[in-house]
Amino acid sequence: MKVYEIKEILDAEVICGEEFMDRDVFTACGSDMMSDVLAYVKEQAVLLSGLVNPQVVRTAEMMDMQCIVFVRGKHPDESIISLAEARDIVLMSTKNAMFASCGMLYEKGLRGGAMK
Amino acid sequence: MSNLTLHFNVSGDDFTRAGEASGAVKKTLKDLGFSHEIVRNVVIALYEAEINLVIHAGGGEIDVEIAPDCISMVLTDHGPGIPDVALAMKEGYSTAPDNVRALGFGAGMGLPNIKKYTDEMIIDSKVGEGTTMYLKVYPR
Repeated sequence: MKVYEIKEILDAEVICGEEFMDRDVFTACGSDMMSDVLAYVKEQAVLLSGLVNPQVVRTAEMMDMQCIVFVRGKHPDESIISLAEARDIVLMSTKNAMFASCGMLYEKGLRGGAMK
Repeated sequence: MSNLTLHFNVSGDDFTRAGEASGAVKKTLKDLGFSHEIVRNVVIALYEAEINLVIHAGGGEIDVEIAPDCISMVLTDHGPGIPDVALAMKEGYSTAPDNVRALGFGAGMGLPNIKKYTDEMIIDSKVGEGTTMYLKVYPR
C-alpha cells in the first residue's frame, strides 16, 4: 500500500512529508505504548497512535517507519513536526478513532508485523 | 576499520531529548555500512535503555564501542537500582508511575525488548547505588 492510499482511506490531513506520499508501506501498528511498538518487527510500516509527543517520532525513527498517523484528530506541535521533517517521516492526522482507523486499513489489505 | 568509541551524557530531566544518543548511534552505524537488521537491533535496545536512564534513573552515561564484529554498549546510572532483576525482566512488569505511562513507556516491555534485540545483556545493579547495563550485538 502507498502512503497516499493511507491518506485517502483514513481521510487524513498531511502535516509534513508530502513529498514522500509515493512510498510503499507493508505493515501497520496501532498503539499508544511505544515499548509495544518496539517489540514488533515491522518493515516499512505505518504507525497509528493517539499519543502525541516527540518519542512517537523517535520510536518511528528507530524502527525505520515511513509514516505516523495521529488518530482522533490529534495534532502534533511544531517541535514534533520539526523532528519528523529532519527524519523524512510523513505525519498525518485523521479524525477517525484508533479502532476504526486500524479496521479501515486492515479491510484494504494492510496487516500487522511479526513479533521479534 | 579500527574500533570507534562514542560517549553520551543523558539528561534525566528532559524527556523530549531522550533518544538523541540512540539516533546518533543509528546514524553512525548506517554510515559505517552495518546491515539494516544489525542497526535496528542495536538502536532499539539502546533506545529502550536510554529511555530507562531518563525515566527511572535521573539520567546517566552511555558508552558505545563499535568494532566490525561486535557493537558493545555500556549504560551507567546512579539511580535507585533494581531490587529484583529477574522480576524486572518479566514482560508486563513495571514500576513506572502513571506520568511515565502517559508518555508511552512503562508497559513493562523495556528490559524484555532489550534482551530480544541483543546477543548479550548483563545487568549489574545495587539498590541505592545505581545500575550498569552491558549490552553486545554481534554482526554476522
